[in-house]
Formats: sequence, C-alpha cells, structure tokens
Amino acid sequence: MGSEAVPLNYIPVVIFMVIGALFGVGSLVVGLVLRPSRPYRAKLLPYESGSPLFMDARVQFPMRYYIIAMLFVIFDIEVVFLFPWAVVFKKLGLLGLIEMGLFLAILIVGFWYAWKKGALDWD
Amino acid sequence: MNIPLADIVTILPELIVIGMACLLLVLDPITPKSKKDLLAWASLGALAVCVIMILGSFGGRVMAFSDLVVVDGYASFWKLLLCLVSGMTILLSMTYLKEEHIDLAEFYGFILLALVGMMVMVSGADLLVIYLGIELMSITLYIMVGFKRFEARSIESSAKYFVLGAFSSGILLYGISLLFGVAGSTRLSEIASTMNDQSLSDPLVLISLMLIIVGFGFKVAAVPFHMWTPDVYQGAPTSVTAFMAVASKAASFAAFLRVLLEAFGGLKPNWTGMILVLCLLTVALGNLVAIVQTNVKRMLAYSSIAHAGYALIGLVVAGWIGTEAGVSARGVSSLMLYLAIYSFMTLGAFSMVAILRNGGLEGEELNDFTGLAKRHKGGAFLMMVFMVSLAGIPPTAGFIGKFYLFMAAVNAGLAWLAVIGLVFAAISAFYYLRVVMVMYMREPSSEQELTTRLALSPSVSVVLACAIAGVVLLGIFPGPLVSVADLSTLPVK
Repeated sequence: MGSEAVPLNYIPVVIFMVIGALFGVGSLVVGLVLRPSRPYRAKLLPYESGSPLFMDARVQFPMRYYIIAMLFVIFDIEVVFLFPWAVVFKKLGLLGLIEMGLFLAILIVGFWYAWKKGALDWD
Repeated sequence: MNIPLADIVTILPELIVIGMACLLLVLDPITPKSKKDLLAWASLGALAVCVIMILGSFGGRVMAFSDLVVVDGYASFWKLLLCLVSGMTILLSMTYLKEEHIDLAEFYGFILLALVGMMVMVSGADLLVIYLGIELMSITLYIMVGFKRFEARSIESSAKYFVLGAFSSGILLYGISLLFGVAGSTRLSEIASTMNDQSLSDPLVLISLMLIIVGFGFKVAAVPFHMWTPDVYQGAPTSVTAFMAVASKAASFAAFLRVLLEAFGGLKPNWTGMILVLCLLTVALGNLVAIVQTNVKRMLAYSSIAHAGYALIGLVVAGWIGTEAGVSARGVSSLMLYLAIYSFMTLGAFSMVAILRNGGLEGEELNDFTGLAKRHKGGAFLMMVFMVSLAGIPPTAGFIGKFYLFMAAVNAGLAWLAVIGLVFAAISAFYYLRVVMVMYMREPSSEQELTTRLALSPSVSVVLACAIAGVVLLGIFPGPLVSVADLSTLPVK
C-alpha cells in the first residue's frame, strides 16, 4: 500500500465534506439574513398537525409499549431472515434446514419465556 | 454443503452452556418459587460436564469453522478457570441473591451466557469472533450490573457501564475495521502474515493497533481507561462484582494477549512501549487511590485495577525486544498463573463482603468489619488470609503469583520494572492490612454487635473453602499449576 497515494485518493471526499458543510451553514445564514422575523406566541409553539398544544410531551407512559415494541422487532427480524432463506432453500439443503430450525428454536425459547412471564398480557 | 460435525464437536462445551442457558429460560416460568435452587444446581451440573469435556481435550491444537475458532492448551486453560469461577459465582449467588431479595433464576442464565461469551473470546482466532464474544459477555454484564433493579445506585452503574462499554466496543471495532483495510482479513494468522517491516511505520496499522489496545484496555480496566471500574463495581450486586473482577478480566486478558501476540507478533516495537506505559500508570494509580477508600468494595475495585497492572508486566515481558523465546513465553505463563491466583483471592474477598450483612444491607463499609474477629473468628481469619494474599505476602498464593511475574521481568532484563512492582506491592500492604487491623484490633460498638452478622450457608461455605484452598495450596505447592501454565502458554514468535 503506497502511503503517498492514499491522501490523494481521498481529496474528493474532503472537497465533498467542505462543500456539504458550506451548503448547510450557507443556506441557514442566507435564510437568516433574507427572511422577515416577526415572532409571536402561536408561531413559537411546537407544531403538531395544526391542533393546539394541550400538555407537556414529557410524560410517563407504560413500559408495556417498550416490551411490545421489542417483541415486534424480534419477530420482524425473524421474518426478514426467513425470506432470503426460503429463496435459496433448495441450495442450502439439509444444513440450511437444521440451521433455520436452530434459529427458530432459540427464538421460540425467548417467545415462551416472554409469554410465560406475562409480557403479552395487557393488564 | 455438508454438516461440519468435527467442527461442532470442537465447540461442544460452549454449546452445552448455551443449551443450559436456554433450558433455564424454558424451565424458569414453570418451576415453583420454592424449587428455584434446582435451576442453579442444574447450571452447576452443566458447568461440571463442560469442565470434564475441556479436561478430556486438553493439549493439542484444533482449528474449527475454517480457522475462526481455535482450541489449544491456552484456550483450555482459560476456559477451565472461567468455568470454575462461574461455578463459584453461582454458588455464592444462591445465598447472596436471597439476602438481597433479588433471587431470580434468570441470573444463572445470564452467568451462563456471559460465560459463553468469555469462552468464545478465549478461543477466537478471528478478530470478529473475539469481538462477538466480547459483546455477548458485555451485554449480559450490563444487565447483571443493574440486577438490583429497585436500587438507584445499581441502575445508575448499569447505565454508566452500558454507555462506556458500548463506546469502548465501538473503538475496538473501529480498530478492527481499519486493520481489515490494511490486512484484507480479520483472521489473526492472516493479519500476522501481512505484517512486514514496512507495517512498523504504516500510520494506518499504528492507529488500528492503538484503537485495539484502547478497546481491550477498557475491558481489563487499565489506567487511563479505568474510570468506570470503581463506580460500576460498587453499584453492582457483589456477586456480579466478583464475577466481573475475576472472569471478565481474565477473559479480556486472554483475548488481549492472543491478539497482540498472534496478530501483532511482528509489531512488538510498536506495542510494547504502549503496554509498558499502561502497566506503570495502572500499578501506580490503582494502588495509590485504593489507600484513601473507606468502602471495601470500592477499595477492592481499585485493587483489581492495580492487579491488572501487575498482570500487564507479563505482557510487557512477552513483548520486550531482545528477550529469548523461552523468557517471553514465561512472561505469558506467569500472567496466566497470576490471573488464576488472583481469581481465588479476589473471589474470596468479594464473597466475604457479600455475606457480611449489616441489618438488611450489605456490610461493604470498612466500619462494618470493625471487630469482626470478636464475633466470627473463622470469617475474620478467612478475610485476613485473602487480604494477606492480595498484598502478596508469603506463604500465600499471592506471593507466588507476584514472584513468578517479577522473576520473568528480571530474566528479561527489566529488573527496574520488578522493583517498581515491588514498591507498589509494599504500598498496597497498607490498605489490605488496614482491613485486618480493623477486624482484629478495634472494638465493635454495641450497636454493631447486634446488627452485623455473616450470612453463612452450605453453598457459601463451599465457595469460601474453594477460595481458601486455592490461596493456601497454591501458595505452598505452586508446582502443578506453574507447569500447567507453562505447558499451555502461547507460542511467542
């Protein structure tokens, strides 16, 4: 690996980074200079689909949402793995079947555990 | 594509432990509350099977899964130590978790999963496999540290450990990816074969080497990457602290040595200096800061930092330029010996902290040990032996460990390093013997007589007996362990 050649190859990347940074900062500055600034209370409120604000966004809500979300992610990923496996199923042969069987078995252990511990009960 | 049966047989110990961890999760919900101890015994059974299998295949060198995994004497040595430590942690936890009212069977599953991660680390022959092991171990430990989930301190230390641990894993992974750019492979042997004299001055290699050392330095808690250690060790449940201080440190050292010696064996001039600086800083800061601690758990945390520093002496010897191959190999084997001995004495000391109860709380302050000898002669005596051994005073095992490390340093022409080690070992005697002094020479207040007690049980007695047997027997007959360590040392080029 020629250590002199390496920096030259990366010059386009550096130029791109500089242009990117300048574009971001530049458009903010130009906007700041050109736009009229007339703030009033309603304008400064957080925008929520046009409906008025009725409470603080930082409230406590049940942990259950997290558990359900986590379970969803796990089973979603399971399906993501199953699709490509199904496409090349014949090429993989017996080994592929056993591997997927193991993968599902481990997931089912987790599912059984979550089920028995009551992660799926809403109340 | 056929099923690589021989490869699967090679990793059978790991598979047994994983299988047991999964089985625990299946059995836990259907086991009645009164019979949860059975699950702990079952995991101990799995560990025993695992130990027998590792002993059966001891010696020799087998590569599996197209050179991703290696099972050699070095890996087997560490695996045996890790299984032993995990077994002792499970036994200790059976009593400790009940005292803390957090006796959930998941805990044993977590210990087994962390153990699998460590076993993968010590027998990984590929940087990514080692990384995978580190992650499995770390993620499990993040949860275990926060196991006292109704106590703010435990959760805080869990969050702290998670953030810093994830960060350091990222640094390690960044180093691995840069190295992949240079070497075109993550296999340790292939990285070693692409390293030549030019690599010594290649900035990319140097940066990746530095990042990898930083990542591992965090895992073994070497100064200046030790910041997390005292807080996390103090906040975690004590049996988890013991597990982290011993098992996770041993596994990280094992992987650290393998990476440096097998992949970067040709770059010794680059890394020996860095390790030397880490070693000096770690020994100095660990010992000096331990002096001012009044919390025994925190003091033991700093002491574990200091001991990581002593162990690094072995790595410096292994990498020191101009030493004979035999002396370098002795550096590795004395490090292995040291960590094995360190495991016994540290586990013993943490067990004593775990079972000393002050009312409903843990007796982790130095004050709680006041006058322990008046009430529990046996307990105070055990704690004294562990403290004396940690300080490195003969005839305990701690002395033997330090003796072999310092001898290795002297043989490599690093007598000054051995002298520095000795000076700090003498300083460390101050804070270790202070515990002994408090136990034997101070009168307990009448209030303390009533509230402090030792939570003894058969399982805890087994742990303490194992630890004391290790400390005393290895102190008097170190021969067998020394020759095992010599046999299973890594070949140093």
